[in-house]
Amino acid sequence: MFSNFLSGILNYGRRNLSEFKFQWQTPRRRRDFLTGLAFLSPSLIALLIFTYIPIAWAFNLSFTSWEARSTPDAFIGLQNYTYTLSEPEFWNAFKNTLYFSAIKIPLDMVLALGIALLLNQKLRGIGFFRMAYFLPVITSVVAVAAIWRVIYNPSFGLLNSLLESLGLPAQRWLRDPNLAMPSVAFVALWKGLGYDVVIFLAGLQSISRMYYEAAEIDGASAWQRFRFITFPLLSPVTFFVLVVGIINSFKVFSLIHVLAPDGGPLNSAEVIVFYLYRLAFQEFKFGQAAAVSFILLAVVLCITYVQRRFIEPRVNYE
Amino acid sequence: MTSYRTGLFFGRWASYILLSTVSLVMIFPFIWMVFTAFKGNQEVYVYPPTFFPQEFHWDNFSHVLETVPFVRFYFNSLLVTILITVSQVITSALAAYAFARIEFFGRNFLFILYLATLVIPNQVTMLPLFLLVSRLGWIDTYQALVIPFLANAFAVFFLRQFFAGLPRELEDAARVDGAGRLRILMQIILPLARPALATITLFIFLSEWDSYLWPLIVTNTQAMRTLPIGLRFFVEESGAQLNYMMAGALMAVIPIILLFFAAQRQFIEGIAMTGTKG
Repeated sequence: MFSNFLSGILNYGRRNLSEFKFQWQTPRRRRDFLTGLAFLSPSLIALLIFTYIPIAWAFNLSFTSWEARSTPDAFIGLQNYTYTLSEPEFWNAFKNTLYFSAIKIPLDMVLALGIALLLNQKLRGIGFFRMAYFLPVITSVVAVAAIWRVIYNPSFGLLNSLLESLGLPAQRWLRDPNLAMPSVAFVALWKGLGYDVVIFLAGLQSISRMYYEAAEIDGASAWQRFRFITFPLLSPVTFFVLVVGIINSFKVFSLIHVLAPDGGPLNSAEVIVFYLYRLAFQEFKFGQAAAVSFILLAVVLCITYVQRRFIEPRVNYE
Repeated sequence: MTSYRTGLFFGRWASYILLSTVSLVMIFPFIWMVFTAFKGNQEVYVYPPTFFPQEFHWDNFSHVLETVPFVRFYFNSLLVTILITVSQVITSALAAYAFARIEFFGRNFLFILYLATLVIPNQVTMLPLFLLVSRLGWIDTYQALVIPFLANAFAVFFLRQFFAGLPRELEDAARVDGAGRLRILMQIILPLARPALATITLFIFLSEWDSYLWPLIVTNTQAMRTLPIGLRFFVEESGAQLNYMMAGALMAVIPIILLFFAAQRQFIEGIAMTGTKG
């Protein structure tokens, strides 16, 4: 078994070597190899210094006890990982991240698909609506968070005055441990919705009219046309929106950092990246923060793997 | 024939009502920002809040400009964003051309190596980059904000897909005439790829313009802050004075919103393109 593996590697090496020799046989191939590398070199060197080497460095860092800049970093094995995974604060952040996704993503997908279906009709003023939904997408996150801080303001905010005018009790929104995360997730939904509308709309417009014409002839109702044509043929797009939505919610930071700068009351809005930021730049535990960043990477890779392995084969690619 | 497109469960009026309601929710916060930005210091503390300002306080803006160096934030953001965008477009176009057209040993391996960076969250490289930048003594400098971001694997991938789809005939003819690779890229490929270049430029510009975590950790002084970071600290410090907070936010978003109104189609279609094809 092991010798098979070894000879496999050797064969691979030999094959590559012979391919490499083949590359040098003619002046044209030699020239192409050097031109290729020359064209790649600016980006390759930059990626090497600022991406590949830092990844390796971070990996190494995650096994050391680096705390502040003064202390020497000692190798401590998996301690950063085991310690993190046993820390309630980590699980709180993890749970909050999932909670954020659980509020935002289903609402986002249903609303974005619904609006895209409405916009995909022959109506006047589609351009205006499309612009209105897209406006929050291009607005800076910090400005969006500032606007919503004013709206959520518990004493002088617009939202509470609207609630009270409807006879409902005022809330403390971002300062209420139970409402902080839903309030943050709603702003994220508000900001990102237009993007997903445009993605769904592009998907809808790529579905051939042939199917609808055939269904119409067979007497299919509007719901049946949606259920048996639109929905299955749109599944790659739906799926894209879902996966990107989940991965992005594991990376959310700036919105929460402005809306709830201290992580919300009782850390109720502290997400993974927020926790990582606090470890590294407020508590200066670089080793542990590096471990958290690799746990984050593992989560993202798991989501990508589940996507490739289990869900993608069931998605209908026409 | 158009009825297939309209074939929906909602009638025309129901559609309009639904679409208008959602767009009101989308636009109203912006209107609220504008009106709050003009309100007086007492008026923001009236409850229930007034909708229309009783008096337009233009001096709110001059107050913000006096309190924080907004112009400097703008300049920093613009400088950093333009440097990064230009550099990423150039390095990516070169690499994309090599991946799309030049056959050389190790090309596929290197392409996979580039693609692999797309799944790595920025947070992984952020810590060592911070340590690197602080060892180099770059904290609170433009180098720290720009140099780590000279290349972008996503832009390479995006442009490669576009370049690979371009017809080869013109290029082959130029090669017969003895044109070099760089000349072909500059004079044949890039003019043909203008839409893709515009899209990726806009995409990089917008994401760098809104960059947050990195500038937050590598800048200390007010003079080096970019617009998002400057605005964030202003929001924290002016927390109580809602009208100033909104005046600052308004000044921060106006240029991008104007740009958006001017080039709406390019924005929406370009961003949809980078989304679905990425």
